[in-house]
Amino acid sequence: MISIHLNGRDVEVDAPADMPLLWAVRDVLGFTGTKFGCGMGLCGACTMHMDGAPIRSCVTPLSAAVGKKITTVEAVGRDEVGKAVQSAWVKVGVPQCGYCQCGQVMSAAALLARNPSPDDAEIESSMAGNICRCGTYNRIKTAIHTASSSLKGGAQ
Amino acid sequence: MNRSFRDFTMTSHGMDRRGFLKGVGASGALLFTANWNWAQSERKKYGGDAMPGGTKRDPKVFIAINPDGTVDITCARSEMGQGIRSSLALVVADEMEADWDRCRVVQAPGDEALYGNQNTDGSRSMRHWYMPMRYCGAAARLMLEQAAADRWGTQLIEVRASKHSVIFPQARQKFDFGELASRVDEMELAPGAAIRLKRPSEFRYIGKDQTLSCDADDIVSGTATYGADIQKVGMVYAVVARPPVFGSKMESCDDSEALKVDGVLKVMPIEGTMAPSNFKPIGGVAVVAENTWAAIKGREALKIKWSGSPNDHYDSQSYRAAIEDAATKPGKAIRSEGDFDEAFASASKTHAATYYLPHIAHAPMEPPVATALLKTNFLEVWAPTQAPEAARTHAAERVGLPLEKTRVNVTLLGGGFGRKSKADFVNEAVEIAKAFPGRAARVQWTREDDIRHDYFHTVSAEHLEASLDRRGKPTGWLHRSVAPTIVSIFSEDPKTQAEFESNMGHNNIPFAVPNVRIENPEAAAHTRIGWFRSVSNIPRAFAVQCFISELAEKARKDPLKFYLELLGEDRKIDPGDIGDGWNHGENPEKYPVDTGRLRKVLETAAKEAGWGKRLPKRRGMGLAVHYSFVTYVAAVLEVEVEEGGNLVVHKATMAVDCGPQINPDRIRSQMEGSCVMGIGLATTGEVSFADGTAQQSNFHDYTVPRISSAPKSISVHLVDPGRNEELGGVGEPGVPPIAPALCNAIYAATGKRIRQLPIGGQLG
Repeated sequence: MISIHLNGRDVEVDAPADMPLLWAVRDVLGFTGTKFGCGMGLCGACTMHMDGAPIRSCVTPLSAAVGKKITTVEAVGRDEVGKAVQSAWVKVGVPQCGYCQCGQVMSAAALLARNPSPDDAEIESSMAGNICRCGTYNRIKTAIHTASSSLKGGAQ
Repeated sequence: MNRSFRDFTMTSHGMDRRGFLKGVGASGALLFTANWNWAQSERKKYGGDAMPGGTKRDPKVFIAINPDGTVDITCARSEMGQGIRSSLALVVADEMEADWDRCRVVQAPGDEALYGNQNTDGSRSMRHWYMPMRYCGAAARLMLEQAAADRWGTQLIEVRASKHSVIFPQARQKFDFGELASRVDEMELAPGAAIRLKRPSEFRYIGKDQTLSCDADDIVSGTATYGADIQKVGMVYAVVARPPVFGSKMESCDDSEALKVDGVLKVMPIEGTMAPSNFKPIGGVAVVAENTWAAIKGREALKIKWSGSPNDHYDSQSYRAAIEDAATKPGKAIRSEGDFDEAFASASKTHAATYYLPHIAHAPMEPPVATALLKTNFLEVWAPTQAPEAARTHAAERVGLPLEKTRVNVTLLGGGFGRKSKADFVNEAVEIAKAFPGRAARVQWTREDDIRHDYFHTVSAEHLEASLDRRGKPTGWLHRSVAPTIVSIFSEDPKTQAEFESNMGHNNIPFAVPNVRIENPEAAAHTRIGWFRSVSNIPRAFAVQCFISELAEKARKDPLKFYLELLGEDRKIDPGDIGDGWNHGENPEKYPVDTGRLRKVLETAAKEAGWGKRLPKRRGMGLAVHYSFVTYVAAVLEVEVEEGGNLVVHKATMAVDCGPQINPDRIRSQMEGSCVMGIGLATTGEVSFADGTAQQSNFHDYTVPRISSAPKSISVHLVDPGRNEELGGVGEPGVPPIAPALCNAIYAATGKRIRQLPIGGQLG
């Protein structure tokens, strides 16, 4: 048994230490919001937050999560930034098939938490690890700006 | 009087059938009689009616009103990002006056006898289902009105449905839809009841530019269910080691180490089917485990000896040489007009070019995955499939159960692009489920499996020759296309193109050129070939549109001006007259090839892009226009090729005429996505073979566009055909013009002609 802190709770995972966090969370714990896309940390579909920073859970062993705060897409909307990102995604109509969008939302939320007003170049570099085969990139940029504006508006 | 949008709707599929149209009401609205079983047309069938299962128009199949007033709308088409669940539902909701926020979309399982055709490909869903869905919605509205009138003891004419209620203005009373649910549930719409479709001025959702999605909230919160998100108690997880070369078989397998991996339950062979393998598995060895990771680790520990295969020598370099050579020699003539040789011999100028396009992989973000559960005398499957009925048929056959005892539940698809039309992964899941009766069995493809064992987009050589007269006007056109056919997955070693492939931009060019020769030299398939979003239009549009740009230069004319001359005067061409007896399955009378519409999208894109404006050094603009899936799309790309060869797409301008626009936001989103996908296949898309084996395996060597390689801006202009036109496709026709527009822009920026895709390092 390995104990991790997932989405605000301590949970016990009956899995080997080298199992990627992705499969532990999906297959063993049953949270399926985080997606499998490549298994090599190349596509970002499996993005989670570890102590607030985006990680590729398909190449992060379960053991590396011990003692860290892990957040998945199921819980990212509990904070203001994640919620703003999700709302902007819906408003702008970003998702097409949507499979990569959980990862996109996680990367965008991590970006905005760190940099509340990213410009296009900063968005491109922060989102470069997340592939969208449907090609929603232009709307992703728009939605990040939308979320950024709404967060600033909310703070006034 | 100009014909209105309404006129369009009334003359659409089937609405003009004998005995159905009863008359025009006083309001000018056409009335229809309720009749679920439309008389079979004696004429040749087209559109949705020509598809297996046809179309269905029974509101009780597609609409359920719950006592709490929520409305369940059933979507029988697969959702893979095109937004069809929302788009068809908004059509129903609009016609029945339902409030979108109180509608839910229910996904139909595979059952074409009940739902009509469900095969979600060919950019057909809205084109074939718009009118049936309107009809269902209008019938439901009538039933609600009748139910309310009955309860009030008044005449139908005194009441009307509006915003999720039926109102009785005289009495100032209203019933919410929920209050009428049980009555409607018991009702049968009387034969002869007059069903009135809405006037366009009454539409709330159809044609309105708003973002309505029944799935977006679930998608962004991680609660949407894709193929791999199905979870069942006691489920087993499998991955399959497949033969590296198509046609090879497992000769021996040492599974001793695999069985030692913690969590591995079983190692079992999967029988493969040799070419033509249809949608059957290609065989291999499955490792079944308690979780996906254990299955993957177990597979890594297998020691398998594979047999030789007839495709062992498939090598992309030598294959390219062979098909390019074939393209220089005469082949099967599939269209011939005038005398090309004479035109060529007497020309003022001639030009020839050969283009090459490699295999590409679909690489949907969700790799193939399926779950199957075999119980006593019943098989249940959950799969992200574009073709639920085909999946059901395959699954049922595999376990020897009748269709009624086989259920295929359709999840959301994490991308499809044609890959998930093929039920091979469903067959694998069923095969594993047979070994674990009573337990759900999932087969998960890894990305490596997906890219190495795809049904690849064809590889092709496209050879063009043309003659120009003294004024630079084209007088002769020759196009040879050499490419292994998709039919090779269904029949024994075919070597020429099927009609549907030839009619994707090879045969059916609508140009004003008197001497035309279209040929198809032979090519054999050495791997599984499958349809990829927009299919054969990709190589044909690339070659033809690049060649036109080259010809314009030869004629010393601006490409836009040259193109417009090549199109000639506006005319509606019977597709049969240009060798296209298929016409995407649509009636040639209703869907002629309209060069005026081609011209208009081209002019619109050019104007919006600022065609002809001065650009900084190293920048250029290129254009392309293509007709496919009975839709017209033009693209103008503005690019910069930086020192060192880095390519930046600054702006993409697209103009699309897909007939009436039902959900404009999703049309735009499909064009945006097509643009990015088109740039990807042009710049880096390639799967190559050596020793029969695909050389790419994951996103490091099969690269697809990332956010930084997308255009800095994409603007999509929806061109209203402005008259009585039929619905066109949307999901695919945006792809074909992108690669040629890009390469034409690169030429304008650098003087470098690209005749081979992908562009790769050619700009360095």
